[in-house]
Amino acid sequence: MVNAAYAIVAFPLLGFIINLVWGRRLGEPTAGWVGTVAAGGSFVSTLVVWVTMLGRPAAERVSDLTIFTWFPVAGLHVNAGILVDPLSMTMALFVTGVSTAIHMYSIGYMHRDPGFDRFFVYLNLFLFSMVVLVLADNFLFSFLGWEGVGFCSYGLVGFWFQRQTAAVAAKKAFVTNRVGDVGFLLAMFLMFAHFSSLNYSSVLGTLSHGHATGLLAAAPGAIKGTTATAITLLLFLGAVGKSAQIPLYIWLPDAMEGPTPISALIHAATMVTAGVYLMARVAPMLHYAHATSWVVACAGAATALLAATIACGQDDIKKVLAYSTVSQLGYMFLAVGAGDYVDGVFHMLTHAFFKALLFLAAGAVIHALADRQNMKEMGGLRKYLPITAVTFGVGWLAISGIPPLAGFWSKDAVLSSAWQMDKVLWVIGVVTAGLTAYYMSRQFALVFTGRARWDEARPAPVPSHEGHEAEEGHEASGPGLPAPAHAEARPRDPTWTMSVPLVVLAIAAVLGGGINFPAWHMDFLSRFLSPLFPTATAITISTGTKWALSLLTTAVALTGLGLGLSTWRTAEHPKLEPNFLRRAWYFDDLVSATVSGPLRLAASGLAFVMDRRVVDGLVNGTARALGTSGRVLRRLQNGYLRSYALGIGVGLVVLLAYLTFRVGN
Amino acid sequence: MTVPGPWYLVLAACLFGIGAVGLLVRRNILVMYMCIELMLNAVNLTFVTFSRMLNDLGGQDAVFFVLVVAAAEVVVGLGIIVAIYRRRSGATADDISSLKG
Repeated sequence: MVNAAYAIVAFPLLGFIINLVWGRRLGEPTAGWVGTVAAGGSFVSTLVVWVTMLGRPAAERVSDLTIFTWFPVAGLHVNAGILVDPLSMTMALFVTGVSTAIHMYSIGYMHRDPGFDRFFVYLNLFLFSMVVLVLADNFLFSFLGWEGVGFCSYGLVGFWFQRQTAAVAAKKAFVTNRVGDVGFLLAMFLMFAHFSSLNYSSVLGTLSHGHATGLLAAAPGAIKGTTATAITLLLFLGAVGKSAQIPLYIWLPDAMEGPTPISALIHAATMVTAGVYLMARVAPMLHYAHATSWVVACAGAATALLAATIACGQDDIKKVLAYSTVSQLGYMFLAVGAGDYVDGVFHMLTHAFFKALLFLAAGAVIHALADRQNMKEMGGLRKYLPITAVTFGVGWLAISGIPPLAGFWSKDAVLSSAWQMDKVLWVIGVVTAGLTAYYMSRQFALVFTGRARWDEARPAPVPSHEGHEAEEGHEASGPGLPAPAHAEARPRDPTWTMSVPLVVLAIAAVLGGGINFPAWHMDFLSRFLSPLFPTATAITISTGTKWALSLLTTAVALTGLGLGLSTWRTAEHPKLEPNFLRRAWYFDDLVSATVSGPLRLAASGLAFVMDRRVVDGLVNGTARALGTSGRVLRRLQNGYLRSYALGIGVGLVVLLAYLTFRVGN
Repeated sequence: MTVPGPWYLVLAACLFGIGAVGLLVRRNILVMYMCIELMLNAVNLTFVTFSRMLNDLGGQDAVFFVLVVAAAEVVVGLGIIVAIYRRRSGATADDISSLKG
């Protein structure tokens, strides 16, 4: 039943085509249900493949299915193929699973949006691209998915493209990702130069036997460590772009202009983790590239800390979560860089659960408050949105790393790997954990506890920047769309299509740690994945140290939690955040200063001098020369038959004279 | 007594010259057409003359081709001329200049 893998890819593609062709006619909510069923079908197919795979011994779990030959050129033979192995199945399981929940949530969230069917077209195309990305058996086919999700991200961030900010954010996301893609492409060129192939199996060796063979070993086709470093560094550049790490993280917070389900699905759970997946996929090569491992780990740790500090100073409910996502992705890279690939993937899974949950709950809050996003204008919502409050609370505790929720186990595992690699990285990780607990508690306190500030803010919105943004919030600004019916009513919990995914994800966020429980032989994920990854990093930490580290981390998290709650629970309209955190360390300003300074000058030079004078001059000059010669030559075409005949005669005479003289000589 | 070959050639040259001049100076399409035929047949005459002088049948061969092509040309050309007469009162070549540049 491994062949069900085809269906994983086929279902979303089918849903995409149906919604693309008939979406408008199907309308709301049928188009949404078509999309949801397609995602669900994909999820069920993944389950079938996964169960089949579990039934096999660990050494036989890798199968490579070829759909068709994509292009056979001399020396390069690329298949559109599916690689079914534990890593791709783990990814596909959570991608399709979370995706199904969010498709369903979107039916409620996108209610009465004029672009309802377009939304699901994009969503299905996104899911298709994402499963292609994780299931592909070669780098190029993965790259197809990689670009596909990038495009869908562009289309969905800019979904409400009537708004200037959304259009700009979409462009920013797209352009920033292109920077990373350069790295991915160059890495593929290097690979082709060294392996004459882009298949995972030939580039990374045979992975099913617990270690990489054919690569770097004494085997023929072995490559030098420098090449491995170069390839992995370039791939990491791609991952940095896609997974929003320093210095390319700037697009992700802006991407929050998209609808909230998109933030949950693409910009928290799935697409942004593609970079982590890529680095885990090339683990056999990364294992030999120590320099890259260090770069990955340090970039991850730095991003985790930086983004966590910024998250402490944000007022927009989604911006906090966005910076939090950047920070958590930093944790995953820290784990991957430390050689602990399994826990990188583990944290990716648990993060997908609780971050998608947090985003969806935030979406429910935004919906209930008629598109208000400023947390300073919320408060006291616990009484009005019980389901949302409870589920958000679960996500809050999970991401803060409070045992026994999912986030604790994965974060703890990541941190102990960091401890083993370098104590400084561990310290950064622990500080980040404390900050995470703090800003998430701040968010929970501002939104769900304290005085209900949304009540007084409604008649006269606070004329701050965020207030303005929230005021012209997304759906209300759709063309000719009436304000949501519940705008003036009391905020209340969303409809069942939105609550069910919330509850499902909340359960996953509670129990998610169970998939890799570090005791009683319940480390399912480790045992499932470890045949894929190089195993040289033996865990040298004793159980006692581990306990001590866990206790310390938990203590730090609880401190952050208490601090956050006590500071913000009773706050009125507090402004305690330092300005540099509000402005995200001025990084965006720095970028725009660089861009608006020399870059803009160079661009305008190119546009107005180079392009207008030289390039346009060439083009227009050619046209003008042709026109002039035409105007002169048209005199010859005077319409008198006899002059043509004379021309023929004269020409003949000239020709004959020439021939005579030439023959004569 | 036989007429010497060069005389025929001179005759052919004269005929060709008459045809060429006529083509250049006359305005009536039909007359221009006749001039073309005259030039063609002048060439035919040289072909036959050379054929006799060089004792080679190839020249007479070529004449047949020219005749056939000329006949075909007449069919097409006369068709066009008749069409022009139907559309316009006269057939002066200088008036038909709508395709000039």
